[in-house]
Amino acid sequence: MSILINKDTKVIVQGITGRDGAFHTSKMKAYGTNIVGGISPGKAGQQVEGTPVFNTVEDAVKATGANASVIFVPAPFAGDAILEASYAGIDLVVCITEHVPVQDMIRVMPVLEKNGTKLVGANCPGLITPGECLIGILPGMIFKPGNVGLISRSGTLTYEVVNMLTENDLGQTTCVGIGGDSVSGLYFIDLLEMYENDPKTDAVVVIGEIGGDAEEQAAKFIKEKMTKPVVAFIAGQSAPPGKRMGHAGAIISSGAGTAEEKIKAFNAAGVPVAKEPSEIPGLIKEKLGL
Amino acid sequence: MKIHEYQARDLFRKYGIPVPDGELCHSVDEVKKKISDKDKLRVVKAQVLVGGRGKAGGVKLATTKSEAIEKAKLILGMDIKGITVEKVLVADAVDIEKEFYVGLINDRNAKAVTLMASSEGGVEIEEVAKTNPEKIIKMPIDPTMGLMDWQARKVALQLFNDPKQVRQAAEILVKLYKLYIETDASLAEINPLVLTPDKQVLAIDGKMNFDDNALFRQKEIIAMREADENEKKELEANAKGLSYIKLDGNIGCMVNGAGLAMATMDMIKLYGGEPANFLDIGGSSNPQKVVDAMNILLGDKNVKSVMINIFGGITRCDDVARGLVAALDQIKTDIPIVIRLSGTNAKEGLEIIEKTGLPVVKTMSEAAQKAIELSKK
Repeated sequence: MSILINKDTKVIVQGITGRDGAFHTSKMKAYGTNIVGGISPGKAGQQVEGTPVFNTVEDAVKATGANASVIFVPAPFAGDAILEASYAGIDLVVCITEHVPVQDMIRVMPVLEKNGTKLVGANCPGLITPGECLIGILPGMIFKPGNVGLISRSGTLTYEVVNMLTENDLGQTTCVGIGGDSVSGLYFIDLLEMYENDPKTDAVVVIGEIGGDAEEQAAKFIKEKMTKPVVAFIAGQSAPPGKRMGHAGAIISSGAGTAEEKIKAFNAAGVPVAKEPSEIPGLIKEKLGL
Repeated sequence: MKIHEYQARDLFRKYGIPVPDGELCHSVDEVKKKISDKDKLRVVKAQVLVGGRGKAGGVKLATTKSEAIEKAKLILGMDIKGITVEKVLVADAVDIEKEFYVGLINDRNAKAVTLMASSEGGVEIEEVAKTNPEKIIKMPIDPTMGLMDWQARKVALQLFNDPKQVRQAAEILVKLYKLYIETDASLAEINPLVLTPDKQVLAIDGKMNFDDNALFRQKEIIAMREADENEKKELEANAKGLSYIKLDGNIGCMVNGAGLAMATMDMIKLYGGEPANFLDIGGSSNPQKVVDAMNILLGDKNVKSVMINIFGGITRCDDVARGLVAALDQIKTDIPIVIRLSGTNAKEGLEIIEKTGLPVVKTMSEAAQKAIELSKK
C-alpha cells in the first residue's frame, strides 16, 4: 500500500513537448511510471519518448483512462492547465511549475473542491511511491520501498533527508513534496490523515519551514488524531526576522511563524524535532523501536 | 515587490479610497515649494521600505509650515535600519476620534484572500492578534464572487455604529479588494483607518506588497518599483537566476535549493558560526551561475570562508563538480572554500574536486564545522 499513487496510476504529462516536460517524461518512464500520454495543444498525433500526444486533457483521458496528471507548462498558463485537468476528471494533479501567480492558485481552489480533484503543488518536486510510481522531478535512485512516509515543503532538503533514510535502511511508502508556495494544494494535515489510514506506513517525517502556521496546525492534528509516530525538522531556524509582509502575515496566524513556535508546537504534540537533518533516521528508529 | 506609502496612497486614491492630502518631497527645497503657506497640522513621514520607521524617528508632527520644513530637514538623510531616507511625504494630519485596522492577505489556510479588520487599529495590532485574537475579524473571500457587499457590510458593522459610517467603511473595503485583485497584490493594509471628529472615514497609512510571480502582467506596478540598496542586490542576483539575501555573519553559503539553503544556515549557527547570506543557486550545474554566485559572495567584505553545499538529484554531482572546478578556476581568491557534495554520483564528483586540492567533506555537519574553523584563521 501507499498513498495517492501506485503501480496502477496512469499518468499524463501536460506540456510534454516542452524541454522540461520531455526530459522528465523520459526520467519518469525510466523509473517505471506508467506514462500513458501527453498534452500539447495542436500537436496531437505526435510522439514524445514513445508517448502519444493529445490536444486536450479530455482527449487523453478518453483514449487512455488516465487518472493522474503532471504539469510542466509555463507559469502564466499553469492555473489554466490545472483547471483543464480537473474538468477532464483527473483525480490527482501534480503541478511542478514554479512562479505561478498566487491569485491564479486561489481561483482554482473552489473548482478543485467542486470536482473532487486532489492537487499537489504548485512549485513542488512531485511525489513518489518507491518501486512503483514517480510523478515529478524527484531523483528516483535515492528512494527505496519501505514503511516511512515523508511530507516536505522543500525540494533538495527532501532529497537530503531521503538519502539519509535510505542509507540507514529506512525505506519509504510514499514521499510527497507539497511545494513552498503560500497557497497550494494538499497540505500537511491532508497527507498526515492519508498516512494514518495507510496500513503500510508505520512512521512519518514532516519537513517544515519557517513562515505561516501549517506546522502548528499539523502538530495539533497529530496530537488529536494520529496514532503513528511523527518526526519533524524545521528549516530556517537561524533566519533573521525582518523578511516579512507587513503585520498581516503575523496577524492571520496569530503568530510570526518562527521556528521556535513551530518546534514548541511539535514538542507539545510528542513530535521530536531534529536539530539537523542527520538526526532524523535515529529519531525514526527510536520511535519504531529499531 | 514592495512599494512606498505614498505610492500605496496614490493607488488608494485611484480606486476612490479617501486619503488626506499630501506631497512627496525629495529635498527641503521641494518641501518649501510644494506645501501651502498655510500653517496647519501636518505629518512628515520618511518613505522607506523597511518597517519600524515611527520608532526610529522617521515620522514627525509639525504645526506650521516652517516647522514642517524643519522636520523634513531632520528626516531626509536619516538612517533607518541601514537605509538612507531620500524622500518624505508631507501630509495633512487629521484629528482622530478612533483608529481601525483593515487588511487583505493571501491566506494559506483558507486558500483564499482573507479580509481582516479590527477596532484596535494602530502600531500595536500584532500584539492585539496575539493577546486578543477574538478582536480581529477574519473573512475569507470566495474568489469566484469577490468581496460581496453583505460581507463588507458585516465587517463594517462590527467596526462602526452609525449607518453612514458603516456605508463609508463598507465602500472602502470593496474598493480595497478590487485594487488588491486587479494589481495582483499579496498584501494591502490600511493601518490606521480612522474616524475623524467630523465623522469622515479616511485611510491614514497604507502598505501594499505585490506577488512577484504576477508582475509579468502588471506593467503599471512594475513601473512603481523603487528598489532600495538591499533590494537592488537581491534583484541583481535574481536576474542571474540566483536567490540571495544578505545577512550579517562571516560564512558565505552557496547551496542548491531554498530549503537546503536554510538548513545550511541553521547548521552553521548550530555549530557556533554566523551565516553571511542565504544563497540558492537553483537546480543547475551551469559554471557561469557558480561564478556569478561566488562573485556575489566575495563582494561581501565580511565573508571569511565559503561553504558550498550541493545535493545532486536529477543534476548529477559529477556535472556539478565540473561546473564548480571550471568556475573556481576563473575566480582568484584567498578566501578558503569548503565543498560538500552528496547525492547522485557523489563519489565521482568528489574525486573530480579532490584533484583540485580544495577541501571536500561528505556531510553537511562536517562542512559547517570546517567552514567555521577556516573562518577563524
